[in-house]
This record gives sequence, structure tokens and C-alpha cells, in this order.
Amino acid sequence: MTNRTDPAQIFREESAELLAELESTLLRLEARPGDRDLLDTAFRALHTIKGSGAMFGFDAAAAFTHHLESAFDRMRTGALAPNSVLIGVALAAKDHIRALIETPALADPAEGERLLALVAAQTAGPPPAPAPVPECIAETTAETAAPSDPDRRTWRVRFRLAPDAMERGTNPLLLLDELRSLGDATIRAVTDAVPPLEELDPSRCVLAWDVTLTTAQPLSTIQDVFIFVMDDTDLTIDAVNDEAPATAPPSDIDAAAPQPTAHAEIDPGPTPSPATPVAAAPAPPIAAESGGRNAANANSASSIRVPAQRLDDLMDQVGELVIAQARLKQLIGASTDLQVKSVAEEIERLSNGLRDITMGIRMVPIGSLFGRFRRLVRDLSQELGKDVALTMSGEDTELDKTMIERLNDPLVHIIRNSLDHGLETADQRTAGGKAPQGHIHLSARHAGTQVLITIRDDGRGLDRDRIRAKAEEQELIQAGAKLSDAELFQLIFHPGFSTARTLTSLSGRGVGMDVVKRTIDALRGTIDITSTPNQGTEITLGLPLTLAIIDGLLVRVGRGRYVIPLFAVEECVELPPTAEGRQAGRNFLNIRGALVPFIRLRESFAVSHPPDAYPKVVIISTGDRRVGLVVDQVLGDHQTVIKSMSKLHADVANFSGATILGDGSVALILDIGQLVAAGQAAGQAAGPAPEPQRAAS
Amino acid sequence: MTDTLPSSFEALTLNLGGELFAIDANCVHEILDLIPQTDVPGAHPFVDRLINVRGKVVPLADLRIKFDMERTPPTIDTRIVVVEITLDDEPTVVGLLADKVYEVTTIGGASIEKTPDIGMRWRPDFIRGIGKRGADFIVIPDIVRILSVH
Repeated sequence: MTNRTDPAQIFREESAELLAELESTLLRLEARPGDRDLLDTAFRALHTIKGSGAMFGFDAAAAFTHHLESAFDRMRTGALAPNSVLIGVALAAKDHIRALIETPALADPAEGERLLALVAAQTAGPPPAPAPVPECIAETTAETAAPSDPDRRTWRVRFRLAPDAMERGTNPLLLLDELRSLGDATIRAVTDAVPPLEELDPSRCVLAWDVTLTTAQPLSTIQDVFIFVMDDTDLTIDAVNDEAPATAPPSDIDAAAPQPTAHAEIDPGPTPSPATPVAAAPAPPIAAESGGRNAANANSASSIRVPAQRLDDLMDQVGELVIAQARLKQLIGASTDLQVKSVAEEIERLSNGLRDITMGIRMVPIGSLFGRFRRLVRDLSQELGKDVALTMSGEDTELDKTMIERLNDPLVHIIRNSLDHGLETADQRTAGGKAPQGHIHLSARHAGTQVLITIRDDGRGLDRDRIRAKAEEQELIQAGAKLSDAELFQLIFHPGFSTARTLTSLSGRGVGMDVVKRTIDALRGTIDITSTPNQGTEITLGLPLTLAIIDGLLVRVGRGRYVIPLFAVEECVELPPTAEGRQAGRNFLNIRGALVPFIRLRESFAVSHPPDAYPKVVIISTGDRRVGLVVDQVLGDHQTVIKSMSKLHADVANFSGATILGDGSVALILDIGQLVAAGQAAGQAAGPAPEPQRAAS
Repeated sequence: MTDTLPSSFEALTLNLGGELFAIDANCVHEILDLIPQTDVPGAHPFVDRLINVRGKVVPLADLRIKFDMERTPPTIDTRIVVVEITLDDEPTVVGLLADKVYEVTTIGGASIEKTPDIGMRWRPDFIRGIGKRGADFIVIPDIVRILSVH
């Protein structure tokens, strides 16, 4: 974000979240068409996008949204029943709105018109409640022309904006236009507060307005006009009898009074307050707009939105505090001063608490990510003509926000593959003795310091023979090599593999799987695949809870200290003297019958310092592949804040980052994927290949 | 940094392998005594160590390697000059080893001359210009250029 105070940017961010909410609401609505709450939520999301869109100059988006909003308003009032066709159109329309907001230049107006025609076709049932032409927005298509209506009432709306309202981006003209769009309006400016010319500050709003509005819309619609300026606007809305003259004495009722809970906590929302980049949390508060949902209101009152960069900075600072505290603890250890010790312990407690809270701030439930896949599965299953049900569990599982964002692409690839290649068509399934409806299950759960995300389908499973044939053809494995299932399945992540058309069209799982592998590796995660022919495939991603902190095993090689990520460590053994003697040649260890290649880190790091008498081997693994790392000494476990390496070290392999130890010195974090690959390669070069596979790490 | 000759600027003067160098004082964060350093196996010898600067992991560069100077062991005068420069549009903090740090001084634009094409043992693109102070020559290195070229 180059310019944090850009209100248009704030609007874009907020509308992205609103649209996401709209989408999930629509999908739920499809399952439960009669749910009024869902209808209300969808309507409010649309209304907010329209309102703030117009306010920030996204006129095309606002105009388009308006039509959709009208349709939803009619569903809300019961004039129109939601159905799957309409929801399908609404979903497409939602994409169009996003395009209009994010890349207005690329949005296709023809597409918009086509969608509007579809909306109109759907809504052109029984004559609707009148919705007069909203001039500020655009011409409506279907339901505009209704004449007078017995429900029409006259309201007297008087409002005075906060003096600094215009500085904060409120345009009174737009408010007036919106009022005018509701019905017949007579607008009179109240100029009594206008100061003499020499005292007039043109940037301040000194006018008040007195609007007599005759409309069929309910009071809440009028109130909605002011939704974003409610907090600091002096607003009264009084009902006026049709017979009574418009000048009837006002009965000073505050507009918000009839629904005190509804408006009490409405956020300023996208009303731009450029001085504060911290905008209010958009989705929950808007959901509370007029429904009087106190629970949602309570949420909105206690959540704020902050730029992710600030959280990163905070995490950085806290990390440094924890490190400084560890150093303090080391120094205090030698002291006998009880007072100083008690202060040090107090600081330790506080900094640990601070670290936990800060990490907690970055955690968001994975449901926000899973929710996006409902749409994907819905669209893809229609496209492919397969009947697929998506279920999920463990949506409450929390994960670092950055991680969640980066998981989107890999999960899309995996789900798409499952749908495209894993699941059969209904006919094939019936023929195979399965239920016609395919099933994909997403689940997330905690396991130790990891979060496990599982994508399970009940499709045909991975075709082992195909994968083997393809791998042999591409010379990834030797012909006839014995591979475990896990080793075999790892092959599908090989970059060259993914583009293999014959494989993907026949048995699947190849498209973009190298992307999955790369992303998960970058997140320090693991991928496990199990598959049973004709029963389905299960892919499990194991991910660390956070990107910022790592549990590591501290080892010494020569004089240097290094951190091995603990999740990759399987065990530590002593290097048997027999293996030690052979400097070259067979670099394998016998670990309970399995041959494990090992690398001497002293050689990799070109250490000249004399070696220790009894070197240790740390066995690390990714997936099913294991490599031993020979180190001089194992120092113990160590929780640490990860610091990335600078650009100057971009060319250095073997290390994924650095960290600062308790004594203030820097230690490097070993890159497991890189080392395992190196070890496997060394094993291949060295001797009889006991694990004859060369899948990309 | 541009190819044009630098105009007058506040410079920190330091000694590298017996030569007098001047770097822009505005990009200098701090000057440290020698602190523990961590070797980075496999890195280019020019940046083969890391240091901890107030909780940040910072690469330590030895300009002497780039100027083909002898890598002498540190003395009591050896310092680390922590500078912030822009590498690929990203602000990057780097520590520079110096055999000795002198002072912050103004180098007048008029006294700066273009790098002579001949008579130089160093890569000309590493040098922005040669300043003169009294009888001394001051080398003005192009730090960004030096750090960008591997």
C-alpha cells in the first residue's frame, strides 16, 4: 500500500471483503432459500457496496449493484422467491461487480448488460413494489415504472452534517441525490448557520437541509441513506400526514430512536477518515445494520482492521524483545541479587505473554479460506457435469493469516484436480457401485505444533501404474525400481510431470501440482498422499502454526551454530566409528534396517576447525525421504524468531533464514528441502542406490 | 546513484587497505566496534558473514575483497560502518568493514574529479569519483554498484 490514506483503496479492500461475504451468503442461500437472515445479509452487503461505491466515484459499480440490490430487496420483502437460477446470476453478477471495482477498465459492459437482462428476466414476475428511478445511480430496467401507491408516505427529513464532513469525503450532494431517488423530494437548504463571507471556510459544511420526501419506501430505507454519516450527523426524520402541509411542526424524534440497537454501534465504515488507516471491520458491523442483531453488533464493537504490515512490525519487535529477554535471563543466571532476579522473572513472564498474544493476533480461522472453495466446487462441478458435494470440518482451526493467504493457490489446485480427475461422473460412479454424488471433504485440525489440512475425495484414486510408467518414461526413476506408495506419489509433484497430458487426462493429478509442492515447501510444510484405488485420495498438508517463530534443534558444526527445524528432525544417533572411518565411498547409515544417506556438514560448510571425537547424526525427513546430517554436537532445542536473509545472500543454498541466539550471536537455519535433495543426490552418486528415486524436493 | 559526478556532500572518511575512502554520511546508520560474526558457508567471500545489529540480522561486507586488497586480520581500529542503501528498490541494511574510521567532513563538489580511465587498478564502475583534500586523494566508492555486482 503506497498511499494508506487513499479512500478509494479502503473502499476496494472493504468491498473485496463484502463481496466475499456476499458470495458465501449466496451459496448458503442456495441451500436454504427461505432463510430471511441470509437474504438480509446479502442485501446489506449489496447496499453497502452501492452506497460507498457511489460515494467514492465507482459509479459504474454502484449503478450495476443497484439493480442487483433491487432484486434482493424484492426477495427480502417476499415479492420474489430466491431460486438457484437467480442465485447463479447473482454470483456471476458479484464477479462483475468485483471486476468493476478492481479493474474498471477491463470490465466488459456487455457482460454487465447481459447479467442485468438475466436479473430482469428473473424479477419480471408479478408486479413489484414500486421502486422509483434512482437518478443518481442509473436507470433501472424492470421494476421502475410503478405509479402511485397507497403505501406512499411523506417524510420530513432534516439533517446537518458535521462541519468537517466534507474533509472526510462525504459529499452532501450524493446524499441528496440518493434521497431524491427514493421518491418525490422537495429539498430546501437551511442557510441560517452560514457565516459572513469573510469568515466562511469553504471546506466546512455549514448548510443544513430540510427535505420533504414522499415515498413508498420504509423509514429504514431513508435511514440507510445516512448510514455512513450517522454518527456525527444531526438527523431527524419525521412522518408527515399526507394531508398535513409539509411545514408541520417537527416532533423532534431522533431517527435512530425506533431502532436504538440497530444504529447505536454502526461503524463509520468506509466513510473516509483519511487520518486513520485503521478502518472499522466491515463485514460484521454491516450485517448489523438494521436487523438489530446484537451479537453481530457486539462483534463489530470489538474488532478493528489494521494493515498487515503493522502486525508484522509488531511481531518483529516482540521477537526482538523475547531475544533480549533471553539474554537478560542468561546474565541474571550468574547473579545472586534476588531483587534483580525477581524483576527478570517478571519480565520473562510478560514477554512470553506478549509473544503469545501477538502470535494470536495474526491467527484467523481457516474457515475464511475454506469458504472460498464452495464457489469453486459449485462452478467446477457444473462445468464438468459432475454432481459433487463439498463438506468441511474444523473451520475454526486457526492459522497465521499470511499462511492462509498463501494456501489459497495450492488448495485450489488440489481441489480442482480432485474434481477434474479424481472424481468420476455420476454414470461411472453408479457403474462402479458408488453413490452418484461425488464427495470432497476439507478438514483442518491441530496436531502438536502443526496444523493438518486434509483434502479427501471419494474418486477413483491415483493410478499407480500410470504414474510409474510416466516416471520411467521421463527417466525420473529406473525401470522396475521398487517404490513405496508415498515415494511414488511424490513424483506427481515433479515439475515436468505436471504438464504430462496423457497422464492428467487419464488418471489425473498433475496440473499445477509442482506449484502446490513449491508453495508448501516455502511455508515449511509437508505433503502426504494416501490413495486407495476406486475409493479415493487423501492429501494432507502439514503446516507450522506460524511463519514467524520456529522450534529448532540447535547444533554445532565446527565453531558455527545452526538451527535445524524441529518438525523435520526424526532422531539423533551417534555416527558409528565404522562409518566415520570412511571419508569417501559409502555414505550410508543403517537405521533399524533402512539405509539412510548422510551428509557431513563439516564438508558441506568447509569447516577447518578440528572435529569432535564423537560426531552425531541428526536424521531429518521430508515426506518419506530421510537424510542424516553429521554434526559435531547437538546443543538442544531452541525456539526462535525467523529472520529472512538479505538479498546479498539470495544465492546461498542450504539456509532458509537466520535467527538470533540468546547470547546475541546469529545462527543460520538449515533449509531442509535443499539438504534432503543434496543428500539424496549424494547417495545416488555414492553407491548402490537403496532409495532409487529422484523426485524433486 | 547516477553516473554524474557527486556534488558537495557530507562524507564519512575511512581507511581501507591503506587508501582513504569517503561514503555518503547520510546513509550511515551507526559505527560499531567489532562484534561477534557468524560465517555463512557457501556465500561469496565478499559477504560471507552475518552480524546482529540491534536484533536485526545484517550481512557484513568486506569492500577490500572487491578492491583486491589483502584481507588483513582486524586491529584495534577496525570498525563496522552500518549503512542503509537501496538494492532493487528495497532498503537494505549492510555492515561495511573498515580498517579505520576518521571523521565526517564535507567534500566540495569542485574537488571531485572523474575516475581516470587509466592508472586504476580497480574496476572503474565501482568508483564514483576521486576527491582531493590537500595532498590526499579520497576514493568515493559506488556502494550500490559494488553490492549489486557479484
